[in-house]
Amino acid sequence: MSTLKVLIVDDEKGMREGMSRALQNYTMKLQDIDEEITFRTEFAENGDEAIIKYRAYNPDILLLDYKLPDITGLEILEKLETNEETTLTIMVTAYASLETAVSAIRAGAFDFLAKPFTPQELRNTVSKAAQSLILARQVKKLSEERKQVRFQFISVLGHELKSPLSAIDGYLNMMKESILGSNLESYKDIIARCLVRTDQMKKLIVDLLEMTKIESGNRDREIISVNLTEIANMSVENVLPDATKRNINIQIHTKEPVIILADPIEMEIILNNLVSNAVKYNRENGKVDIILDKDQQYIRIIVKDTGIGMTEEETKKLFKEFVRIKNSKTKDILGSGLGLSTIKKIAQLYNGDVNVVSEPDVGSTFTVLLKSENINTSN
Amino acid sequence: MQDSKKKVLLVDDDIDLLYQNSILLKQNGFEVITAENQKQAEELIKSIKPDIVVTDLMMEELDAGFTLAHHIKQVDDNIPIIIVTGVAQETGMRFFSGTEEEKGWTKADTILSKPIRFEQLLQEIKKLLAID
Repeated sequence: MSTLKVLIVDDEKGMREGMSRALQNYTMKLQDIDEEITFRTEFAENGDEAIIKYRAYNPDILLLDYKLPDITGLEILEKLETNEETTLTIMVTAYASLETAVSAIRAGAFDFLAKPFTPQELRNTVSKAAQSLILARQVKKLSEERKQVRFQFISVLGHELKSPLSAIDGYLNMMKESILGSNLESYKDIIARCLVRTDQMKKLIVDLLEMTKIESGNRDREIISVNLTEIANMSVENVLPDATKRNINIQIHTKEPVIILADPIEMEIILNNLVSNAVKYNRENGKVDIILDKDQQYIRIIVKDTGIGMTEEETKKLFKEFVRIKNSKTKDILGSGLGLSTIKKIAQLYNGDVNVVSEPDVGSTFTVLLKSENINTSN
Repeated sequence: MQDSKKKVLLVDDDIDLLYQNSILLKQNGFEVITAENQKQAEELIKSIKPDIVVTDLMMEELDAGFTLAHHIKQVDDNIPIIIVTGVAQETGMRFFSGTEEEKGWTKADTILSKPIRFEQLLQEIKKLLAID
């Protein structure tokens, strides 16, 4: 519930009190955003008082009598230089001519109310102004929030890009100063770490480009019939060298080839990310199960590992951008922190979602749900 | 330099920075112990008494360095602490000018802004340990 401040400017006492009564006992409902609005009133009886009260009270709505003893409503509007984002003015007048209406609107009034009017007419006009004001504020707030999220993203991205560079920079300087002597052999570890950090940076950039493509909607999506089982096979192939080295067994479980109407590249991103995570965060001699499943409504992609797992608290923030679970178990695992947030974005394109169930040191199960019909192709 | 080596506890979640600084400090005659987060450092403090602590600010928590400094000063008020942070560089925020009041609040003896050259770090360590 929010309360809007109304400044009533009229030289007739009865008029001021009547308008105030009509608004004070009134609660309006804004259906679109499910909010109730009430009104608080304040008065001024002449031009000078109106200007002082306006500046002190910062009303959301100004009910302004057109004809005051010392000044006209239009002149007050000009003096106040009201800003439509903060205050909407409703001009009230006994001379209901088109001419006054036009000049009032031109001077910045939002609406016009002709005397005599009923309490209900006043409420209707004020409601219209309130609605317009609140919706405009809502829109502004949303776009501000979006801007903030963007700034935050860029600042985290800057950090993520800079830290590998400073690590490599540090190592190169050590080499330049021949800190470990003149034998190249002594620098083996350092060179290996430099390569790890460049790989990490490369992965970050690839994931970032992938995510931007999905998010911008600029990529031409190609919705065709895709065999998910084939894509899963390819994803397994990609991680096989790594999996074999650590003796991790990967199995795909599907009754029949699962076919979906989808963009093949998006399906590849989902499966590649999930399968490579399941291997990366697994233990030696572990297992990865990929289950593909389809019913009338949904396609399910389930990837289950026997890896390091996560606490419930950690799973909650997992799908946000740049979230990486940092602990001693993950320190040598490469990741950009973008893969899962990209999966979530893709799933949403298919009216679906992604979730995870996990237990520390037991493993994690990721489930991606995609709606098999009503595929959203507009984006 | 004294006969016995001074012990430095280095805390940073970037293992490469830990590695680099520990090599360089060792070459300058220090004994180095490392921790990758606040928890590990607090665990180490139970059994090892460092002569000085150099910690990153933002690790598992945004203010992990502050919390750690607080904890260490409770264990032993005489251990000097240097907090190294990229906050100023990334956000333009400056919150430390070295007054006594601020030292009391942050529990750090010195706060250094990243990027920081090793020579600068070495100089600050020597200053706090009163080594020439």
